[in-house]
Amino acid sequence: MSATPFVVLSAILFTIGVIGVLTRRNAIVVFMNIELMLNASNLALVTFARVHGNLDGQVAAFFVMVVAAAEVVVGLAIIMTIFRSRRSASVDDASLLKY
Amino acid sequence: MVGFWVLAPIMVAAALGILFSRKAVHAALLLAVVMIGLAILYEVQDAPFLFAVQIIVYTGAILMLFLFVLMLVGVDASDSLVETIKGQRLLAIVIGIAFGALLIFGIAQVSVGVVTGLQAANQQGNVQGLAALLFSRYVFAFEATSALLITAAIGAMVLAHRERLVPKQTQAILAARRMQDYATSGKHPGPLPPPGVLARHNAVDTPALLPDGSPSELSVSRILAAHGSLRASKAQDVKAFAGAVGDGTSNEPVTGAGPRGPIDGDPSQIREERVEEEGEK
Repeated sequence: MSATPFVVLSAILFTIGVIGVLTRRNAIVVFMNIELMLNASNLALVTFARVHGNLDGQVAAFFVMVVAAAEVVVGLAIIMTIFRSRRSASVDDASLLKY
Repeated sequence: MVGFWVLAPIMVAAALGILFSRKAVHAALLLAVVMIGLAILYEVQDAPFLFAVQIIVYTGAILMLFLFVLMLVGVDASDSLVETIKGQRLLAIVIGIAFGALLIFGIAQVSVGVVTGLQAANQQGNVQGLAALLFSRYVFAFEATSALLITAAIGAMVLAHRERLVPKQTQAILAARRMQDYATSGKHPGPLPPPGVLARHNAVDTPALLPDGSPSELSVSRILAAHGSLRASKAQDVKAFAGAVGDGTSNEPVTGAGPRGPIDGDPSQIREERVEEEGEK
């Protein structure tokens, strides 16, 4: 079972996540794309753990999951706070610092 | 490898769906497809622990959190197509595709080498192997993770917390205010009339009838009234019924009218009869 297709799939998913973050305007969808990128990198970590024959890559993927969980909790709370004050979940509307 | 070639197109299609779906809920559900596909790929690659964690933590917890927030923020909050920076979308797509091409061609150039496989590492069991690593080499990272989780929990609580701007209304304050209203404006201090009183039905969508036979708007929910799902004016119904029996002002007693006797008749009629009886006494 070759490792290259897995890494290519991971690269494709990561790229889609990057394009999503750059183009979408809804803060929650942007956040989902960040999750997609984290997941894609996890796939690469697990694949390389198999290539090297040790479990360090899987431990790294586990840590990524834990950090992603913490990040989602705080990020969604921030989105909720912004929504409460500005009545919008769009990343374009939170632009007070610009002026 | 068959599993991979079946799953990979599905996952890429779902990821593209996240990119193109207008509605955030669709994006969340497509993300779930990608995550479950990834979980299966973990299982294929000898990572059963991560398979379980991926499904429980990612698909189960994180994605449900996403859906929760989506429902709170409003499901119809779809993306606007207005660009704040001119040409940003096109540039982002071009740069993104260039980045992806760079990554993929770079990976294609690299020879990954012989795949060792995890048979040796997983000999004691995958979970045991991971635990041995977590609690020896990565023990400090593991402890730091606990600090991170506590910080995240407290951070979320602080962000979600709302200071109370007005003092909490107690029962005593509310009662005092009701009596104050009664003293100043004569507003009735008691509860509102329940629906269906003296009407022919006692369902919540039937307005209560006042002693003069008119329906009481206070007795039914304003939402039902706005929705237009109230029962058609029962007072007229009752009046028509009463008219069939008699105009209600005559002294003739109503006999055997309606399925439940004279109680079904015009309430004003009943009241007047009662008044007459009292007058006789």
